[in-house]
Amino acid sequence: MERASASLWRRINERYNLVGNKCENCGRIYFPKRIVCRQCGRKTKMTETKLSGNGKVYAVTKIRVPAQAFKDSAPYTVAVVELEEGPRVEGHVVDAGNGEVKIGTKVHSVFRKMHADGEEGLIYYHFKFEPV
Amino acid sequence: MRDVAVIGAGLTRFGERWEHGLRELIAEAGMQAIMDANIESKDIQIVYGSTMASGRFVGQEHLAALLADQMGFKNVPAVRVENACASGGSAVRQGYIAVASGMYDIAVIGGVEKMTDVTTAEATTALGGAGDQEWELAQGITFPGLYALIANRHMHEYKTTEEQMASVAVKNHRNAIKNKYAQFHKEITIDEVLKSKIVSDPLKVLDCSPISDGAAVIVLAPLESAKKYNDTPIKIAASAQASDTLALADRDSLTELKATRLAGRDAYAKARLKPTDINVAEVHDCFTIAEILAMEDLDFYGKGKAAKAIEDGETEINGKISINTSGGLKGCGHPVGATGVKQIAEIVTQLRGEAGERQVAGAEVGLTHNVGGSGATAVVHILNRVN
Repeated sequence: MERASASLWRRINERYNLVGNKCENCGRIYFPKRIVCRQCGRKTKMTETKLSGNGKVYAVTKIRVPAQAFKDSAPYTVAVVELEEGPRVEGHVVDAGNGEVKIGTKVHSVFRKMHADGEEGLIYYHFKFEPV
Repeated sequence: MRDVAVIGAGLTRFGERWEHGLRELIAEAGMQAIMDANIESKDIQIVYGSTMASGRFVGQEHLAALLADQMGFKNVPAVRVENACASGGSAVRQGYIAVASGMYDIAVIGGVEKMTDVTTAEATTALGGAGDQEWELAQGITFPGLYALIANRHMHEYKTTEEQMASVAVKNHRNAIKNKYAQFHKEITIDEVLKSKIVSDPLKVLDCSPISDGAAVIVLAPLESAKKYNDTPIKIAASAQASDTLALADRDSLTELKATRLAGRDAYAKARLKPTDINVAEVHDCFTIAEILAMEDLDFYGKGKAAKAIEDGETEINGKISINTSGGLKGCGHPVGATGVKQIAEIVTQLRGEAGERQVAGAEVGLTHNVGGSGATAVVHILNRVN
């Protein structure tokens, strides 16, 4: 599916810079950002917070049968990463070299190209993770 | 609220139904259900139609009206229910509520999916919409990818093995051989599963439910008048449902589907039954690891104990508890919108004592468990024979 640029633009701060938010009422940090805190409901008081990008692999897989838009980049490694600030996020793990990516592997975030809508469409950028 | 019974059920054969479009599939199953319930089209008062992604698979939305139209029910109110892979179970629950409330007497629930008209990559993308589009699918995290992450974590926490996961597929294929509606009629071995092509480590092709076409239809009526239509109405003793975060990463635990846990416990409480009272169950084995999770989260086994029990044969037909006698999603096939309705049809067949070679001896109480996405929706129904 080819998307209009607004759908990418509105997520730039999250996808490029790993900006999440924090509920000042309970202290919980969210990524991606939420309007409503899952614990505080109407008492939610959110402020933006930039995450360090440092974390540990919590679960990992290598996807070999890809979704349509990723058919030229398979196989790719995907992990649930537990960030040092608390939230878990899903993301690609790249540049692991010959090292095995497994539960507990320390990673940090990097800025990378995700994929493109064909030859002339939009290019999607995103944070990814690489082993420390 | 009044008691509700299933008075009829109909299925198409699941699989690659190249000769049939979506409308022929639903009409085939619908006609069977109507004959089974011994009712006329004019008796139908409301239709709930379930499909996950007909818009993506065949470009057709506005499904419920099409289903009612093609099944021959003129001008009845028709509502589409979409809850990803739990669309069918969710539609059954809406029909149950409609009849239990007293608003309608006869409700038809029809589930259908026509998946083989698109390429595997396109189908994979469509199914990916069951997860979080912006944060999972947009990164190319497929549906098997999500369950592979769950499997990786389950193996880490409970020492679950690839052989144990494979034993789920072997069992469900063996059961499917005894089901004429099933997609696969071929026994497979542990070794074949382990050597099949990897989709997303550690899940291989034979750990995954297939891409399927098919439809399932059931008819509901108030229990008090059900005997008028059918000698063996099957009572819906409980209907329960819960939700959870859409994205896998947002869950407290990756190795428990909390929505299943909550819906299951609510269903047991409503039916005033315990997990040990269940004789036969259709659980949501979209991937082999999912059946292991289901057996734990429905309280049939403690956490980390189900994989070995399955491997030891405790969940074979006429084992300690008979699981996925139809062949499950793995062996019978998984036309997504039809699956939750088919699960009810299988339990009805078992409780009527009409399951032939795959009959569970003396089956009195059955359970169905239908999951949407990687666990953001779970629907549990408990059914029993009326003596």
